[in-house]
Amino acid sequence: MTVAHAVTANRLRDGIPVYRTEDGGWSPQFSAVGQLATAAEAEAIAAAAGAVNGKDAVVGAYAITVEVDGAAVRPTSLRERIRAEGPTVQPLAAMRKAS
Amino acid sequence: MPLVKDGALVADAWTRIADDAALPGDGAVTVSFKRWEAERSSLLGRNAPVGVFLGNTDPVEALASDLNRIGVVMLDFPKYTDGRAYSQARLLRERLGYRGELRATGNVLRDQLLFMRRSGFDTYEVDERGAAGFAASMAAVTHAYQPATNDAGMLLRRYTSARASGAK
Amino acid sequence: MYRYDEFDHDFLAERVAQFGDQVARRLSGELTEEEFRPLRLMNGLYLQLHAYMLRIAIPYGTLSATQLRALAHVARRYDNGYGHFTTRQNMQFNWIKLEEVPQAMADLAAAEMHGIQTSGNCIRNVTADQWAGVAPDEIEDPRVWCEIIRQWSTLHPEFSFLPRKFKIAVTGSPHDRAAVRVHDIGLRLHRNEAGEIGFEVMVGGGLGRTPYIAKTIREFLPKQDLLSYLEAILRVYNQLGRRDNIYKARIKILVHALGAEKIAELVEAEWQQMRDGALKLPQATIDAISTHFAPPDYPTRDPMPPQLMAARLRDPDFARWLRSNVAPHRVPGYAIVSISLKPEGAPPGDCTAGQMDALADLSERYSFGETRVTHEQNLVFPHVAQEHLPELWRALDALELATPNIGLASDIIACPGLDYCSLANARSIPVAQHLGQRLGALDRQHDLGNLQVKISGCINACGHHHVGHIGLLGVDKNGEEFYQITLGGSAADDASLGAILGPAVAYDKVVDTVASLVEGYVGLRENGERFLDTYRRVGAAPFKERLNAAR
Ligand code: SF4
Repeated sequence: MTVAHAVTANRLRDGIPVYRTEDGGWSPQFSAVGQLATAAEAEAIAAAAGAVNGKDAVVGAYAITVEVDGAAVRPTSLRERIRAEGPTVQPLAAMRKAS
Repeated sequence: MPLVKDGALVADAWTRIADDAALPGDGAVTVSFKRWEAERSSLLGRNAPVGVFLGNTDPVEALASDLNRIGVVMLDFPKYTDGRAYSQARLLRERLGYRGELRATGNVLRDQLLFMRRSGFDTYEVDERGAAGFAASMAAVTHAYQPATNDAGMLLRRYTSARASGAK
Repeated sequence: MYRYDEFDHDFLAERVAQFGDQVARRLSGELTEEEFRPLRLMNGLYLQLHAYMLRIAIPYGTLSATQLRALAHVARRYDNGYGHFTTRQNMQFNWIKLEEVPQAMADLAAAEMHGIQTSGNCIRNVTADQWAGVAPDEIEDPRVWCEIIRQWSTLHPEFSFLPRKFKIAVTGSPHDRAAVRVHDIGLRLHRNEAGEIGFEVMVGGGLGRTPYIAKTIREFLPKQDLLSYLEAILRVYNQLGRRDNIYKARIKILVHALGAEKIAELVEAEWQQMRDGALKLPQATIDAISTHFAPPDYPTRDPMPPQLMAARLRDPDFARWLRSNVAPHRVPGYAIVSISLKPEGAPPGDCTAGQMDALADLSERYSFGETRVTHEQNLVFPHVAQEHLPELWRALDALELATPNIGLASDIIACPGLDYCSLANARSIPVAQHLGQRLGALDRQHDLGNLQVKISGCINACGHHHVGHIGLLGVDKNGEEFYQITLGGSAADDASLGAILGPAVAYDKVVDTVASLVEGYVGLRENGERFLDTYRRVGAAPFKERLNAAR
């Protein structure tokens, strides 16, 4: 397993978590996250990200680390895993629907 | 910085003099509170208007006895989110009865203008966006509950005699 | 209940349009995020882990059926079908899109609701006793004063950019159900020796990183002077509160630094200059607002209805619910019904759109259309005829809203924690879920009585852990979730802050550890003692042992 760097933010218009892709765009899919070699690279991209306006504008970009295990990539921290995969608890609405 | 007064862009009649700069012989000047304290009598003896720039920790009460001789008081918003100057403004207007120009300076954004006006400011050093959106921002919320500097608000009045007529 | 007049409606319409314009300017890029942030916060809009979160004010915790339906509508139309009631009597929606906020706000405004001042460094939504107007021991309805404070503080020109947020709570009963001593200002209505009603004014309480119990700075404030006195406190705070360090900016720090006497002196000096000014409340204003809170026209009801007696004997589940969830009302033949939002194993305080709609209907049938929200994240029907209790219970049970656990061990308070909140260190909800099941079982076995467990996912203490009989605080240890346990806190009349028991416990041990502490109490308690009483009597040592053994 190796550790790589990446950049995430929330999309301005709806607030959902987005990930910086290899081609410089933003994707709501964590699987599309672009891997960077160094934290410095990730931080530089994050610092510049807030200045862009328009449909794809993002808020509060920051650098994260990800664990790479072959083809499998996942965020290192629990916080980032919860952002990428959703709450660890079933919301009440879903619990009620299931029962 | 564009300066707005009575809803219109105006030229700034005042020159701000740094603490270490010499006073010009004539023309309207503003000085810091520190300089005001040190050179009060010579400033008042100059045959030209004088104003004072107050920092957020400078005591407004210190100007009490000279307010009718001061042409402008400038209050500072070092950051948009620092609200101390609102209290200073209300004290100047409501407690000390200051009637001259009261100017908002610093990080003055258009979305604070309503609060400033109700606290007694009447001139505003805004950025370009503030100048362009000034009228719209000032008209955004015309209803106010609490009494403040320029109006009594509707909280107390609308339940007493002035009721329905005052609600509009 | 307070109903908006034309002025309130016009004001709110302007405010909604103003925020709509601010949102549009942000989306167009005219406003930077830094400039927009305070504006959205002042309208209750946060950016959280998964989306925007919209916090809706429920002033002094009172909801009409129409308002409850409006919340259901927002949950369905703009969110994922549910909402979360918070410890400050607000409602939070977790899955909001910025682009849709102006429309959601407009929909809410039609029901006289909004998010104004539910966040930001301003005077927040004022909270009150959830039993206001119906508690048998009440001296005067605190909601009248909350409404007056709401109006005074709404877009206050001087106090919208304070050093930090500012929370006010009001209680009108000797028994404090509003936790007034842990607020920036706590107000308690009481009678002085001359028999007049006025306020005890307490300042500088609060939880968070540096918890304090508020200090009384005035024993008795005449009612007509309330607003001028509040304005004096806020003015002193606005000028002297620290702005250099966010953790030292609350008024509690100022009160602690200068001392309560000095604060009282400064406030008094300021107040003397303006007490007879524009803020002096005319009796006509107090009377006009009081009429909004006049009690409903209660039809006479049997104080000992036979169907209630019969149902209690017939059905032990009903009898259990009666014991824990139903309280005496000031009017004979009526009762105050608490509706638990803590079914064992569910996220505390969550309510689905379907439940909200159904509750709105039930409130119209059984509670004069009125529902209250409690700071324990439950709901209350304040005016239920005793003879209706059996049928109301059956209806609530069908909605999974009749869990008989109010004030009991499984009635756990928990903030959203790391599952939703961007500031969190650790999760709160799954801990509450597992602990609720575990403690619920222990309670059925041992009848634990009143036990308050409160969980916060970080030091901001939204879950009020400092004032839990058992408090859990999520901390981060090298990227792992740990929980620091405090014991002995209380938010009631005997307000106290819990003391840290020992080293923090890992996520997978915390439920076992707390269960062990509770078992320890069962072994130690003397007749009728609550957990809190036993802890106060025997001290921390036996619990420390259990902590060390369990972790
Ligand atoms: S206590 Fe911390 S984690 Fe919990 S809701 Fe408040 S800020 Fe978020």
